[in-house]
Parts: sequence; C-alpha cells; structure tokens
Amino acid sequence: MKYVKQFMIIMGVSFLGEMLHSLLPLPVPASIYGLLILFMLLMAGILKLEQIEETSEFFLAVMPLLFLSPSVSLITVMDKVMGAFVPVVGTIVVSTVITTAVTGIVTQSVMKLLGDRKRIKAKEKENNE
Amino acid sequence: MNELLAQWTYFGMALGLGCYFFALWIQKKCRLSVLNPLLISTVLIILLLWIFHVDYETFDMGAQYITYFLTPATICLAVPLYKQFQVLRKNVAAILAGVLAGSISHGFVIVGMAALCKMEPELMVSLLPKSITTAIALGTCEELGGISGITIVGTLVAGLLGAILGPAMLKWFWIKEPVAQGLCIGTASHAIGTSKMIEMGEVQGAMSSLAIVVNGLITVVSAPVFAAVFG
Repeated sequence: MKYVKQFMIIMGVSFLGEMLHSLLPLPVPASIYGLLILFMLLMAGILKLEQIEETSEFFLAVMPLLFLSPSVSLITVMDKVMGAFVPVVGTIVVSTVITTAVTGIVTQSVMKLLGDRKRIKAKEKENNE
Repeated sequence: MNELLAQWTYFGMALGLGCYFFALWIQKKCRLSVLNPLLISTVLIILLLWIFHVDYETFDMGAQYITYFLTPATICLAVPLYKQFQVLRKNVAAILAGVLAGSISHGFVIVGMAALCKMEPELMVSLLPKSITTAIALGTCEELGGISGITIVGTLVAGLLGAILGPAMLKWFWIKEPVAQGLCIGTASHAIGTSKMIEMGEVQGAMSSLAIVVNGLITVVSAPVFAAVFG
C-alpha cells in the first residue's frame, strides 16, 4: 500500500511533466518540469517527504543503471565518431575538465569571499560595541 | 542469432541487468573507480552484441523498459535538493556565479577547440549542449541542426568522465567545499556525474542535481548564441 502510493505520486508527477512538455513550446524535457513540480510540491508542504521517501531513494540508488541502454546506443553511431575520433573525443575531454575546474574554483572563491566579508563585518560590529 | 533473440522481449532486460550486476560485483572486488559499473557493463554489452552479431534494436527492445524509469528517477533529484534547501539559499550567489562561469567557459572551449581542429560546424554545434542532461541536450542539438549521435557520445563521455575522474579532478583543482564539489561535477557531467556525487554525500548530490537544472537552462539559451556567432 505504502509503496503503491509512493510510486503513484512519482509517476503522477512524471505524467504532469510530460503534459507540460507537450503543451509548452520550450526545449525543456519532461523530467526537468517534473523535478521542478516535485520540488515546489515539497516546498509548499502539499507533499510530505515521508510520502515519497523510500521510492525516491530507490530511484536515486539505481540511477546509473537507467543510462545503460542510451550508453549502449553508442554502437549505432560508432562509424560517425570514428571518422573524427581524435578531435571529437579531445574536445569532449578538454571541455569537461575545464568546465569542472572553472565551476568549482569560481564557486569556492565566491563562497570564501562572501564568507570573509561577513566575518569582517561581524568583527567590525564587535569592535564598535 | 539476431532473428532468434528478437522474439524474446526479456532478452535485452536480462542481459542489461546481468551485465550491470556483474560490473557492480567487479567494482566491489577491485575497489577501483576507473571500473565504473556503467562503463564496464556498456563495454561488455557492446562486445557481446558485436561478437554475436545482434542488433542494438534487438537489445533495446527489452532494455528500453529500464530506460523508461529515467524520467521518474530524474524527478526524484528534487528530494536531495529539497533536503538541502538551506545550503542552497545560503550560497545562492556563489552557486549562480559558479555555474554561469562554468557554462560560458564550456561554450568558449568548444568553439576554440573546434577552430583549432578545423572541425565542421555541424560537429561543433552537436558538442555545444554536451554538458547537460541527455534529454535537454538532444532537444538543443536538434534545434541547432547538429548530429544527435555526436551529442549522445558527447554527453555520455562527459558523464562518465565526471563519474570516474570526478573525485580525482576535485583533488587536482583543490575543490574542497562540498557545495562547490557537487556543483562543478553536475555542471560538467550532468546526471551521470551526479550519480557519483550522491555516493559522496547528500550536499554534493543535491548541489549536483541543482547544477543540472541551472546549467540546462543556461545552455538552452547560450548554445544557440554560440552557434550563431561562431558556427
């Protein structure tokens, strides 16, 4: 009963996401609409975490497996990639490493900067008092 | 062989689950992050299909039912995001600055590498959306007139790199804040990288999920601009 209800809620949100995807003319997939809907339902308190917790934990745990068939579909585009193997794969690797580095370093620096500023302000306040 | 297997719906699903379970077992035995279960099982299945001359379509006939759960699973990423909302709210400026910087530099790297390798514009536009989750990437690729197969390869390799090399990259670049760790892997390696971040911790998992959404939205807007200016 509990699992049927949890499964029903998640599938219901998937269906809502799918509907929005076909109704709205934006290139946003159903899964992202669904993610935003579920997030808003939780934030608004309409849905309690306990009502979906176990099933969502299950889905998150098996997530890599769900990419298996799309990954194997590589076999169907092999000849296209082989034609330009080095530039294509080189570009993918370099861009992935640089994106990871830039995002991480910028986020960490801004966090540190804002954190420091807050600390200095707190100190100034302390000194003034 | 192909005709025989094509009669059985459960063949692809059984093969897929079997190979993935085998890959999980190997990783448990060896404890090497290079032996990523998704990578090992993908290579194994491609080899088996190739050796026995089985078409991808025959495999996918059963395996597609596993893929159906990708949408509800992606939706469930809202749960760690909700649990970590306080972390998100506290760091909203740093998060937006980081993902924006990463996403835009990704565009410039693709354009730069394409010019360097004298890549055809068709290939370049197919790689522009490769850091975002497959479903959005494919939609964007189609809008830009790219080759969807190249986009699939791009997103797959970007994802696997994040899942396999992610923890090492975090060390190379001195990224120690859990918020920054999750965010950078999610920005560069979308949901596949996120599955690794969920293993690292709840904050990392939540921030990585957030990065998928934010970078997805940024790329949908920025990729057409890059394609129009440099294509």
